[in-house]
Amino acid sequence: MTPEHLARLQQARAALRPVVMTTRLSDGIQVLWPEDALPGALAEAAQKAMADDKAANVTLDGEAWFLQPHNPPLRMIVVGAVHVAQALVAMAAGLGFAVTLVDPRRAFATEERFEGVTLNHEWPDEAMEALAPDARTAVVTLTHDPKLDDPALDVALRGKAFYIGALGSKRTHAKRAERLKELGHDEAAVARIAAPVGLDIGAITAPEIALSILAQVVARRRGK
Amino acid sequence: MSEDILGTAAAWAAEGEQVAIATVVETWGSSPRPAGSMLAITASGRMAGSVSGGCIEGAVADVAKQTMADGKPQLLDFGISDERAWEVGLACGGKLKVFVEKLG
Repeated sequence: MTPEHLARLQQARAALRPVVMTTRLSDGIQVLWPEDALPGALAEAAQKAMADDKAANVTLDGEAWFLQPHNPPLRMIVVGAVHVAQALVAMAAGLGFAVTLVDPRRAFATEERFEGVTLNHEWPDEAMEALAPDARTAVVTLTHDPKLDDPALDVALRGKAFYIGALGSKRTHAKRAERLKELGHDEAAVARIAAPVGLDIGAITAPEIALSILAQVVARRRGK
Repeated sequence: MSEDILGTAAAWAAEGEQVAIATVVETWGSSPRPAGSMLAITASGRMAGSVSGGCIEGAVADVAKQTMADGKPQLLDFGISDERAWEVGLACGGKLKVFVEKLG
């Protein structure tokens, strides 16, 4: 890999531009697609590798090529700057998520409690509209407060987030589900919400609950 | 922070280190690391990332030193049908191909 190719790749990653590093295995010649052009069949394979977020091998005219997609990191939007969130955002960053923490309550969402975390102090519906969760985004609501969680879930359910989880007991969630249905979400939409949030590993402490949530997010991401 | 092998490689190069990058390009069977997994190695022996569960990193590092010296990329095969696999102890029973290239 030439220093120039590495620099361009790092620039693309920093700018959150998805690219595919394409390497001819016989001699190491590289093409950074789509910034550099590729012949049709390779470009198609690169497009697929990017969409699948999965490396691929292609043989074209007797030459073996390796295609490695570099997509922007998965995002996680956490609503509620609560104790569990402190553990969750740190662990999520460790798993490679770009985390945004939403909470209009500035007393909770402080730099001191969430050092280095991207904080958003907008009301959750406005924050979520702006953040526009897509198929590479997980949304976790942790406030326990319908005034904050419901608007966030309302927006999340209208998008394509690959994971939506909401903290709260079965009873709390049953009431929440009714409120979301009143907002126009059908049974199938509400069923997208993982609640009570997280895998049942008997979690008690904040880091344990964060672990159970992340394990569930990973399972969803990997189709388990 | 998540692991950024290429970022680490770039930082090492900026420090004046000679760096090679090894990438898993294909796997068969029970390989612990998927295609695209990377290992950055310096001539001075620093390593970041992985291409296996630790079975072949030593052998890859040896080839990386050669690649750093002559600049020639290498495509390595590891697997149970490969005698070299026994030498480096690929106990997982999987097979994989690793591409080793010099940074620079």
